[in-house]
Amino acid sequence: MKPDVPPPYSAVTRHAVFPTPRHDEAARFNFLTAFNTYLSGTIGQGNRIAYEGRVLPAFRKTHGREPRDRFEIRHAMNQDPWHRFWSALKRNSMEMRQQNGRTMVLRQLDELDAKARQFNEGRTTLELDPAIEQPRYQTAVDIHCMPGGYHGEERPGDVSAGANYDCGIFATTAGGLGALSDGGGQALVQWLRRERPDWAPRRILDIGTTIGHNAVPIALAFPDAEVIAIDTAAPVLRYGHARAQALGARNIRFVQMSGEDLSRFPDGHFDWVQTTMFLHELSGKALPRVLGEATRVLAPGGLILHLEQPQYTDAMPLYEQFIRDWDAFNNNEPFWSAMHALDLKRLMVEAGIPEEALFVTGVKAVVDREIFPEQAQDEREDHGRAAVWNAYGAWKPA
Amino acid sequence: MTDPDIDWIARAGAKPKGKRPDYFEDPALDRMLSILIAVVGEVSVLRERLDTVERLLDARGTISRADIEAYEPDRDAARERGLMTREYVHRVLRGLQQEMEGMAAEDPPIPDIVEALTKN
Repeated sequence: MKPDVPPPYSAVTRHAVFPTPRHDEAARFNFLTAFNTYLSGTIGQGNRIAYEGRVLPAFRKTHGREPRDRFEIRHAMNQDPWHRFWSALKRNSMEMRQQNGRTMVLRQLDELDAKARQFNEGRTTLELDPAIEQPRYQTAVDIHCMPGGYHGEERPGDVSAGANYDCGIFATTAGGLGALSDGGGQALVQWLRRERPDWAPRRILDIGTTIGHNAVPIALAFPDAEVIAIDTAAPVLRYGHARAQALGARNIRFVQMSGEDLSRFPDGHFDWVQTTMFLHELSGKALPRVLGEATRVLAPGGLILHLEQPQYTDAMPLYEQFIRDWDAFNNNEPFWSAMHALDLKRLMVEAGIPEEALFVTGVKAVVDREIFPEQAQDEREDHGRAAVWNAYGAWKPA
Repeated sequence: MTDPDIDWIARAGAKPKGKRPDYFEDPALDRMLSILIAVVGEVSVLRERLDTVERLLDARGTISRADIEAYEPDRDAARERGLMTREYVHRVLRGLQQEMEGMAAEDPPIPDIVEALTKN
């Protein structure tokens, strides 16, 4: 069997605002990529072996029944020495990814800010609004263990959060999202071209865009469309706008705005409303608001699409729900667990989408397979970071 | 160039907001593992740097630091280095992988086998 070797960090596309890695910084990311692949691929199955071999039998003995939910499995597994050690290693991997990314970014922050300014200053396609408050679901903890989250700044007006986010995605996903970490956006374009080859959306909204890595492929694929990419965090928008400009996407406007309040746009304004790996970073109250606003601004005949990891359903074994929940409790994704247990289809119906218009489809990252090998989609999958998603969508009836 | 007002080395390692889970009963074990795995990572970085030096020397006979910084492996070299790192990770984490296999095998304790073979 040909061993699975992830691509080297030098395969990352260094666009004009990407931080320049030193030899050893790239090597650090190469180590983390191999380390992550080992944790999920080579020894990830140890968690199931521990569960089935000793944790579940002990649970049955103590309680006289099967575990009722993923939380009971988590509490039991958190007592297991093997799972604890595995989790501790994985947590360290996430922390090391942050430190390496931040080392690389902060030591060259002057250059990065200067590069971003060249693309940002005087442009009408970047609209920051200091009046936008950071919602509690973004400030309660630093998501993904990123110090400062998406909104933190090392000094006013910097791009450190965006640059750090961009430079490490490749390592945590073992290159699964491609050289520009945009395999999700590329997949959306490919899916749409197959689904509706002649459809040409005029106005597109991407909610929770962060650095716009999934919005840029859409903007490039539909150059006549006007793309609005919104986020509550200014530092990622600053970086994202510069990055989009550097990649030649000029028809995309980055706006600091909350998806909970799209009052700036009239009803039916957009032909396509998109969220990509975003809904799980909201809260129980915010999610229906975002879905409601997204539906309101969607034009009749338009497309709404939410890309997420698969939802937990009764059909999904409780052990799989437990292991997919790892990031919620170990990598600062506090809404991940609750969000994945929701009936998204029902929520979309409550937001105003007719049930018969809903669909769910699988979407796999589109990347250069010459460089980026196919990733495992079995027990060896790195849950939470896998380059495979479910798209929960609808074509709004005309 | 770096901003003199920002201690980028210290800030790179800033703690993310949110309480860190305790993975072991003794907090010292959590700290020790963080140190150990950081060193494991740095050894991997050293190995990769040495590999770069060797490849450049093979190709040119002489090198500068700038050459090392600018080095980018071609496809074959990238695969060889990826394999090297993969093998390295397998070596340093062998204990976990063998414990995992041990869990699946459910082997009896060695003294039981010693006793069994003594009798039969």
